[in-house]
Amino acid sequence: MSWHNTPIALMAKALAAKEVSSTELTKYFLDRIESGKQWNAYLDVNTHLSLEQASAADELISSGKSGKLTGIPVAHKDVFVTRGWKSTAASKILEGYLSPFDATVVANLGIPSADNPNGAGMVCLGKTNMDEFAMGSSNENSAYGPVLNPWNSEYVAGGSSGGSAAAVAAGLAPIATGTDTGGSIRQPAAFCGLTGIKPSYGRVSRYGMIAYASSLDQAGPIGKTAEDCALLLSAMSSHDPRDSTSLADSGEDYGRYLNQAWKEANANPAKPLEGLRVGLPKEFFAEGLAEDVAKAVNAAAKALQDLGAQLVEVNLPKTKLSIPVYYVLAPAEASSNLSRFDGVRYGHRASEYRDLGDMYQKSRTEGFGAEVKRRILIGTYVLCHGYYDAYYLQAQKIRRIIAADFQAAFSQCDVILGPVAPDVAWRLGEKSKDPVQMYLEDIYTLSTNLAGLPAMSVPCGFNSNNLPIGMQLIGNYFSEARLLQVAHQYQQASDWHLRQASEVA
Amino acid sequence: MKLDDVQRIAHLSRLELNQAEAEAVLPQLQAIFALVEEMQAVDTTGLEPLAHPILFLRDLAQPLRVDQVTESDHRAENMQSAPAQQDGYFLVPRVIE
Repeated sequence: MSWHNTPIALMAKALAAKEVSSTELTKYFLDRIESGKQWNAYLDVNTHLSLEQASAADELISSGKSGKLTGIPVAHKDVFVTRGWKSTAASKILEGYLSPFDATVVANLGIPSADNPNGAGMVCLGKTNMDEFAMGSSNENSAYGPVLNPWNSEYVAGGSSGGSAAAVAAGLAPIATGTDTGGSIRQPAAFCGLTGIKPSYGRVSRYGMIAYASSLDQAGPIGKTAEDCALLLSAMSSHDPRDSTSLADSGEDYGRYLNQAWKEANANPAKPLEGLRVGLPKEFFAEGLAEDVAKAVNAAAKALQDLGAQLVEVNLPKTKLSIPVYYVLAPAEASSNLSRFDGVRYGHRASEYRDLGDMYQKSRTEGFGAEVKRRILIGTYVLCHGYYDAYYLQAQKIRRIIAADFQAAFSQCDVILGPVAPDVAWRLGEKSKDPVQMYLEDIYTLSTNLAGLPAMSVPCGFNSNNLPIGMQLIGNYFSEARLLQVAHQYQQASDWHLRQASEVA
Repeated sequence: MKLDDVQRIAHLSRLELNQAEAEAVLPQLQAIFALVEEMQAVDTTGLEPLAHPILFLRDLAQPLRVDQVTESDHRAENMQSAPAQQDGYFLVPRVIE
């Protein structure tokens, strides 16, 4: 059985029917991880611990105490701290760091215990590579080397959750967790031909998620199908008293609408999306969008129309401005969050220094990579006395306009459709010399983080080079279940999400 | 932004940049701030800054929990990744002579 091609929804059925054990599944994926090192998708694997968890899951299944996801393996982005596996956020400054606790996301998905009675019973396969502290759009900013794209290993996997995306695309995990501060779930999912969702801000706890930009960071799943993402997201999200921005009403079954028509009263099975208004923002199809990508996303719009949806044109006039706004706010928050790395309590400490101040400075200088330093510098500058109003406050005011523009658009439509990124994956090294060029690639994903809205990436085609193209579906606040419904209905009528990455055996 | 600014913010950030590194990062920061300048053309008179996305939607009360000890002693685990320690304390260079 080729379990690496199997969605977790089917894996769950096989486990419940005792056709396979969690130990067998876990060994299967650990073997594939061992023979699939060329993509550099994982930063830490611990066979012994994974198999111990699998055996605990098998016991839960045999004693009838299992839930929907018990025994299914999952890979965690290295931004989530985990007991037992090293947690580094792909930075040298956290090399070898062992967390004394599990992130809430890790606990929510993990094996239940006295401390963690509601754990979903999934088995951790290891920690996936990423851009250092989640800062990057290509996974080339990892201190442990770039992740290669399983569709073509000369191309980037996308970032910052590139390791999670490559792991799922290469069949080294059936599903994985990611985080999205400016597109870091959606863009690597698009570049690797996968489905991913960034939920509304506050849905998933940030406790134990190594912070980059706290008012933008949200965690979510990267998987093969919308159904799989709904399953994982339902288990990931919960109200968490340890995260002050966690929403009180966070737990729900995000898969509850998957197999329903958009309008419940609709009896026409050929047009399940009748009544759905899909907004196409003019600004998402403007200059700079690759022709292949525009064609694929327009074809997806047509496919939704064939399923009964109505297409409407909407406006998101500040789309281009989301780039400067994001690249002021995210570095400002990062410069503050990363001040905790001082070489005192954990992490790298320089071996030679004059005094305490020099120890901080040398430890940080040796520990952080070039992009992280650049963002700390930008963040420090925009927060400086004399510049604060012109940069930081002005960015936060435009952030309000961007959020309001979305509400204006949602008065005309139920979901917004556009591309995830202006182009498909680029060649390794192609953009790494020029930070601004890399930042411009984030144009379609940043605004939803600024507004805190949920958004998805769904495979919708390939370019002439056989590299995957993703469409983006954006919903209004807390409409994740509806977004997943639209994506699921699209996936019932298309097979882009079922294609196997070309280099994967 | 000038070279002096780069060195000043590097110092505030507790990062060391030698002359060559500062000269290399300066044009990158200048290019980023050229992009950032586009924000200045937007009229934001009368708008409140939005610090947290959900505040756009609704007021959030600061969540408060009951003030009681919920954690047990994790000192050994919390110390396990310390670069230097002594008698259960983090060890740093002498700050008071």
